[in-house]
Amino acid sequence: MLGPAEWEVLGLSLRVALVAVVLSLPLGVFVAYALARWSFPGKAVVNGLVHLPLVLPPVVTGYLLLVGFGPRGPFGIALEAVFGTGVAFRWTGAALAAAVMAFPLMVRAIRLSIEAVDPKLEEAAATLGAARIWVFVTVTLPLILPGVIAGAVLAFAKALGEFGATITFVSNIPGETQTLPLAVYAFLQTPGGEGAALRLVVIAIAVSMAALLVSEAVAGRAAKRVAGK
Amino acid sequence: MTGWVQVRHGQAAFQLDVSFSASDGVTALFGRSGAGKTTVVNAVAGLMRPDAARISLGERVLVDTSAGIWVPPHRRRVGYVFQDARLFPHLSVARNLTYAQRFLPDSTPATDQGAVVDMLGIGHLLQRGIADLSGGEAQRVAIGRALLSAPELLLLDEPLAALDQARKDEILPYLEHVRDQADVPILYVSHQISEIARLATDVVVLEDGAVRTSGSVADVLSDLSAVAATGVREAGAVIVATVAAHHSDGLTEAKGAGATIWLPKVAAPVGAPLRLRIEAQDIMLSKSRPDEISALNILPVEIIALRQGDGPGVMVQLKAGDARLLARVTQRSAKGMALAQGWTGYAVVKSVAVASGDVGIGPSPGHL
Repeated sequence: MLGPAEWEVLGLSLRVALVAVVLSLPLGVFVAYALARWSFPGKAVVNGLVHLPLVLPPVVTGYLLLVGFGPRGPFGIALEAVFGTGVAFRWTGAALAAAVMAFPLMVRAIRLSIEAVDPKLEEAAATLGAARIWVFVTVTLPLILPGVIAGAVLAFAKALGEFGATITFVSNIPGETQTLPLAVYAFLQTPGGEGAALRLVVIAIAVSMAALLVSEAVAGRAAKRVAGK
Repeated sequence: MTGWVQVRHGQAAFQLDVSFSASDGVTALFGRSGAGKTTVVNAVAGLMRPDAARISLGERVLVDTSAGIWVPPHRRRVGYVFQDARLFPHLSVARNLTYAQRFLPDSTPATDQGAVVDMLGIGHLLQRGIADLSGGEAQRVAIGRALLSAPELLLLDEPLAALDQARKDEILPYLEHVRDQADVPILYVSHQISEIARLATDVVVLEDGAVRTSGSVADVLSDLSAVAATGVREAGAVIVATVAAHHSDGLTEAKGAGATIWLPKVAAPVGAPLRLRIEAQDIMLSKSRPDEISALNILPVEIIALRQGDGPGVMVQLKAGDARLLARVTQRSAKGMALAQGWTGYAVVKSVAVASGDVGIGPSPGHL
């Protein structure tokens, strides 16, 4: 049913979305915790920066990534110097664009779950001998797990469907940066490509649905545990 | 081990300036809501930073703001039982109890978990989740969890306040076990005189952010000047008695306050010490020894002092044997009977007036 080209698109999309979510998740938890629990100068600015990709036109975000991480951008040059390769026009760049675009959704979901954790439980853990990092690992993290899972799935879905910033930043290169939505777009630009586009659309629906079902199941189990059942 | 607490903390509307020491046994921190009790225990636990404080536990200085010493809460070895049990909902009862274990330094002598579980009667709960526990069960688990962190001081912040009377009665005996068996000094915060009368060795009375009075529970609860702070209605002295016999008509005979005291049946063996709280409003005074009266307890007493309140009542401090009692009578009675220092007569107490909840069982503190 699926040809090698379609398998390639699907595999690349999953890889881009997965890498984007897995690598940004620790930062997402940290930023969410900082925004939920700490007060520090410039908090409003950090909050604004995190949420900017949500409200900016994606093409603008993609362009800013190109300016920063492109071959002549400051971060692009730094990456080139350290790793010998940059991210522009490569699948890693697509993952970066997806991560940036998905980040606000991830942080919002996790932040809500952190705000729902009673700080009194964390105080209790401290009086029982747990240093701050241990309080986080043994009490806060298990309690926010449903929120973290929800945030990760939301971010995964967003990363899978990311289009504007990706095509602006890393272009539409088959086998390298052509993720599922970019491939659909390319087929629709080609005469007679509707059939191929439709097959990809069905794949997109199936993958998204599967992700949602899995996350519901995992989050449900975690929520039950958190409720003390 | 002696703990020293000195805390000064001011918000605009409320100034707290408190210092007291606490030795072995149960030191009760008594005061009405807003007297500053919770601020004090939170400062001891390290959950809040007072403006100025010096808090030490034996040789260890936990806080000294003038020397810049601040031990973080997780290194204080201060166990804390909160009003709301604050059990971890994602862990079973057993894993709540063992939570502190991984943080104990290797040098800590192992706490006997089985003994703590038995002492609190929570063995049948170990595999349960937190959501299934009743309020009383949750609080017992919370006490066990704090004890298993091998604390050098145990803080109990109104541990019974959120529970109904039946649950309170259920937990109080367990608190007596902890006091008598756990070998850890306890700072017990409460605004319930009855709990303090039953559990405390010493009492510190807080009023408007300052220490009003402090001393042994027998001294403070029979102290006329402390009555205003503890509340006239709840005023009542604590005396120690010893079980002498159980009788078939449902009464227990005890010796104390220089006389025989009859109580509703107490579940304690002959020879066991009891602490009884006799409320001031339950005592009648009589010049001659009344006969043909239904009240069973007639104690020879001598008046030590009187104090007139704002209302129609007079609080009378009495000496009965080596114990002291408080009685509350009307001004009219005081005038009519010519009550004055040195007056001798009889205190009459109905046996049922000594409510079972006010009978504490267990070794009495030596200086009571």
